[in-house]
Amino acid sequence: MDGFGIRIEGLRKRYGTGDTAVDALKEVNMTVAPGEVVGLIGPSGSGKTTLLKCLGAVIEPTAGRMTLGDEVIYDDGWKISDLKALRRDRIGFVFQAPYLIPFLDVTDNIALLPMLAGRPNGAARARAQELLEALDVAHRARAEPSQLSGGEQQRVAIARALANQPPVILADEPTAPLDSERALAVIRILNRMARQYHTAVIVVTHDEKIIPTFKRIYHIRDGVTHEEAGEGREV
Amino acid sequence: MISLAGRDILHSWGKFVFTGVGLGLLIGATLTMAGVYRGMVDDARVLLDNSGADIWVVQKDTLGPYAEPSSLRDDAYRALLGMPGVARAANVTYLNMQVQRGGGNAGDVRVMVVGFEPGQPGEPAYLVAGRQITRSHYEAVADVRTGFKLGERIRIRRHEYEVVGLTRRMVSSGGDPMVFIPLRDAQEAQFLKDNDAIVNERARTAANPALNRPGVPGLLEAIQASQTTSRSVNAVLVQVRAGQDAEAVAAPIRRWKHLEAYTRAQMEEILVAKLIATSAKQISMFLAILAVVSAAIVAFIIYTMTLGKIREIAVLKLIGTRSRTIAGMILQQALGLGFIGFVVGKISSALWAPFFPKYVLLLPADAVRSFAAVMIICAIASTLAIRAALRVDPATAIGG
Repeated sequence: MDGFGIRIEGLRKRYGTGDTAVDALKEVNMTVAPGEVVGLIGPSGSGKTTLLKCLGAVIEPTAGRMTLGDEVIYDDGWKISDLKALRRDRIGFVFQAPYLIPFLDVTDNIALLPMLAGRPNGAARARAQELLEALDVAHRARAEPSQLSGGEQQRVAIARALANQPPVILADEPTAPLDSERALAVIRILNRMARQYHTAVIVVTHDEKIIPTFKRIYHIRDGVTHEEAGEGREV
Repeated sequence: MISLAGRDILHSWGKFVFTGVGLGLLIGATLTMAGVYRGMVDDARVLLDNSGADIWVVQKDTLGPYAEPSSLRDDAYRALLGMPGVARAANVTYLNMQVQRGGGNAGDVRVMVVGFEPGQPGEPAYLVAGRQITRSHYEAVADVRTGFKLGERIRIRRHEYEVVGLTRRMVSSGGDPMVFIPLRDAQEAQFLKDNDAIVNERARTAANPALNRPGVPGLLEAIQASQTTSRSVNAVLVQVRAGQDAEAVAAPIRRWKHLEAYTRAQMEEILVAKLIATSAKQISMFLAILAVVSAAIVAFIIYTMTLGKIREIAVLKLIGTRSRTIAGMILQQALGLGFIGFVVGKISSALWAPFFPKYVLLLPADAVRSFAAVMIICAIASTLAIRAALRVDPATAIGG
């Protein structure tokens, strides 16, 4: 993939109107290259979740421009027509809890996304199997989510996020419930997957254990992002 | 594409099956109610079929003999035999009463006692055990639903009868099983008073100077004799000659004999549209209530199940699942629940129907209609849950 995984310029989000209007995002600028993992950190109420929802095409920004790969998603009030398809095909989500579908086995949890995108069942399951092998959970392919450990569930969730080969993955506090060792393992996997699949990964986190692992970090305060270099510690 | 509904049902099959069984018992009750109505209609038709009559001749301006009391002189049939197109005519009596078993020590049974002339219209059409009545008095043929056995002795009014034959599907319009006895015995049972009443009536007649005239010898005895015999029947059953139109035969009877004559179609109209109309409305009300209750239960269950999956639905929406896929999942689950319920309901109604005191007729066409109704009710009931699911904000899957 050439250029940027995701590029955000002058993104703003205002809730409400008039005297009660709240500017949740005032000036967000962000660039993440394919294969790169960046951290997005900030105190509570700084606008992290709002930004994540904008990036995830769940809510629309009030102004600004967002480009995903070579496709413009928002541009000062304009947006692409099918946001559902965008979320399905172009954005991967990893949540604080894995949120796997409890009535589907591990393979089908991953294969569901390619199937929703219209890929044949066989191809979708082959893709799921490939990701499970890449994430070292292929031996749990037929298990139900409730039969997996927390770490295994999170790896399956990462595999699901990669299922449609999206240019960007949004990870919302993916290590919050994990101990240091497992948290670093998740970051290691995200780094490896980002490189392997040329995916831009944005990790929203409060977790002090993993912050030193990012080479670049975006701080967000009062709806404004500031870029700074991270330690980029090897994991 | 994976069937999300099917996987969810398989994943929590116990909950689905038990819920389906509960719903199925309700559907079974609904099917049985419909079967009770069908049974009443069928009983009425069988009653008419087994009487062997083409025309029922009854007292003028009555809907007798099944829907209203009717009384005719028992020689009316002779006049009817002379009418054009009449092949056979025979007297019958009908009387609902309690019949005592085994001389009165073994309890009693509610029956309809039918008086008929052996070999004539009104005779039980077929027997499942024993023989037809061959003696003039004190023999009976009973429907198997009475519970009487061959050779058992039953008491009707003042006399004991031996059950010599058993028949089936011979019940009154009210569902009471029939007991057939000779016409003379039935007339006596129906119209003859007990001994004390006869003595009392004779004394009253003797005390009446208009009836006890010294100058008219034999008058008092003749009147008293007439008071102790019964010359009335409830109806005359008429069979028309082959090729004759029943209505064409009935019309002159109405006109010239001052009697009411009903053809088969008219009698069926009386039984089905008039006699059991109130029961049918009652059952219809029950059916409507059961349908509403079933819909409410399905709606509640599916709604509760959907609320239990709000987080999963939010994730599905966030990852781009179309609304119609989510709606389809909920709809299929509702239909699946309805299908399980219908199968359980059909089986359970077939199992318990024979134990009902009245005939329960479960028609395949009713089952098909019920299945369609269950599916429609489930589809409608799922709309509440679908509405709730489609309102789920995919943003709820993202923390914060």
